[in-house]
Amino acid sequence: MTQLVILSGKGGTGKTNLSAAFSYLYKQDYPDREAILVDADVDAANLALLLEAEEQTKELFIGGAIARIDQTFCASCGRCQEVCRYDAVFENDHEYTIDPIGCEGCAACLYQCPENAIALETQQAGEWYISETPYGKFFHAHLYPAQENSGKLVALIKSRAQEELESSGADLMLVDGPPGIGCPVISAVSGADVVLIVTEPTVAGLHDLGRVLETTTHFEVQVEVCINKADLYPEGAQQIRNYCEEKGIDILGEIPYDMAVPQAMNQGQPVTKFDPESQSAQAISSIWGRLVTIVEQHSPNDELIQIN
Amino acid sequence: MKRIAVASGKGGTGKTTVAVALAESLSSNNGQPVLISDCDVEAPNVHLYLDPEIQQSKGVHILIPQIDENKCTGCGVCSEVCQYNAIIILKDRPMVFPSLCHGCGSCALNCPDNAIREIPNQIGTLERGTGKEEIFLRYGLLDPGEPLTVPVISDLRKWNDGFSLDIEIIDSPPGASCPVVEAIRGVDFLILVTEPTPFGLHDLKQAHQVANELGIQAGVIINRDGMGETDIGEYCNQNNIALLMKIPLDKEIGAGLARGDTLLEIYPEYGDKFRALFGEISKSIEEVVG
Repeated sequence: MTQLVILSGKGGTGKTNLSAAFSYLYKQDYPDREAILVDADVDAANLALLLEAEEQTKELFIGGAIARIDQTFCASCGRCQEVCRYDAVFENDHEYTIDPIGCEGCAACLYQCPENAIALETQQAGEWYISETPYGKFFHAHLYPAQENSGKLVALIKSRAQEELESSGADLMLVDGPPGIGCPVISAVSGADVVLIVTEPTVAGLHDLGRVLETTTHFEVQVEVCINKADLYPEGAQQIRNYCEEKGIDILGEIPYDMAVPQAMNQGQPVTKFDPESQSAQAISSIWGRLVTIVEQHSPNDELIQIN
Repeated sequence: MKRIAVASGKGGTGKTTVAVALAESLSSNNGQPVLISDCDVEAPNVHLYLDPEIQQSKGVHILIPQIDENKCTGCGVCSEVCQYNAIIILKDRPMVFPSLCHGCGSCALNCPDNAIREIPNQIGTLERGTGKEEIFLRYGLLDPGEPLTVPVISDLRKWNDGFSLDIEIIDSPPGASCPVVEAIRGVDFLILVTEPTPFGLHDLKQAHQVANELGIQAGVIINRDGMGETDIGEYCNQNNIALLMKIPLDKEIGAGLARGDTLLEIYPEYGDKFRALFGEISKSIEEVVG
């Protein structure tokens, strides 16, 4: 069982298209094996749009609690406003209220209120789903807009996917990660064996590649890189190659800029299925070939050998 | 002061391109002082295009607890009140996990023995300076490995001493959750940048809902027009949201941005387009205020 997570730092470099393309290739290569697929970008969840996902179960996600003042008990002393570090308590004509969007649910006000007028209330912050796809069981979610705790929701769907992985005897968990380097990314990387970073040859792509690589050094995980839209700016691609060589990281492959990718997206299909002969699909297949070798090195038997 | 934020839902649709183009169009024309705040502190990129001379920087800290072993009686209140599981009691002694701490201060406030002192823990840095076309830039950088994005954005937006400007343009993080809310709270107008693909539309809806929830007026820019067949205009019509501009799919633009050139450096005619856009936005802000 291996957990492969796709990251990028910069958004829009092609994480989701690549994840879908890999899902298809895995099923082609190993029709008898099972992969578990996860979309960990819960506030811009798009992988479902490429996987012909059919929702089987839907559950509510209860997010972090927020504080609420019961006005019948409030004596308007203002202690809650004093102790709140998130500027979430507002006073209007001696009436104190809590802004649910600013509140972090830390409960400092609750414990400090001399009248016991404050309670924490949990709220529904999103939904998560298990869907069937032609490529394996798919765990995904929808965080409601303006909510926090996307890290928690990522951790939740990943732990459900992990249970499924263990009980079903599937070999691979393929995780489409979120952009950036913060809380949701850290949740997505936790437990990963291999991280594939998709970058692009732009000044922003290179800058953010550096930041996501620094983030992954906090985890014991094997890191690989591939360059998407590699021919967009050849000098930029060379800068990435140089940078990776300095860092001792292999580049698994390079994908050319190819309109087959948005065309496949418009059809709701992985590009490897939509147009397997396209330049991008060919390049992705070759990256996949190298990635499979790496993924297989992380099979449980090998791990035992490593521990011994 | 007018505050205009640029957000997107989906990453990589061109937020930074638009934010920089708007700032440059105003600043290069009549030397209008413009501040651009890059609130995408996980992956900030505006400075790569404006090439600023950094004049000031400072750390972003949250306060984390330090237990005074001499005063601590091991009562466990700190652990009970912590909502983030950042303090656990092990053999009658509290143990702090700084990476889980949100810096709320509740443990220190509630410790009956006054045994908790708070010490600053750095989670990021802020920088500011002047770049191309005298554009004033400030941006935040979350330290890699740190999970808390919001305090970095919040400190960046409060770093106001020493200047007053008429126009602020905010480059928001992608997505539609708490960092976006922190970046765009209180702005006068929100530009949502999208692309005409199923992903672009899906994530535009999310970001538009955030704007509605915060009561912020919004308009849409379609970037890479021609890349896909998704009808963003129809969504705008149905939801009564202004379609502000279309930027075509163009390999010259893609290659120029990749090199680090701004949209106005690639096609100077965008200067007039963005100045006109600013005029329209200003008008609709004033209509709402008036």
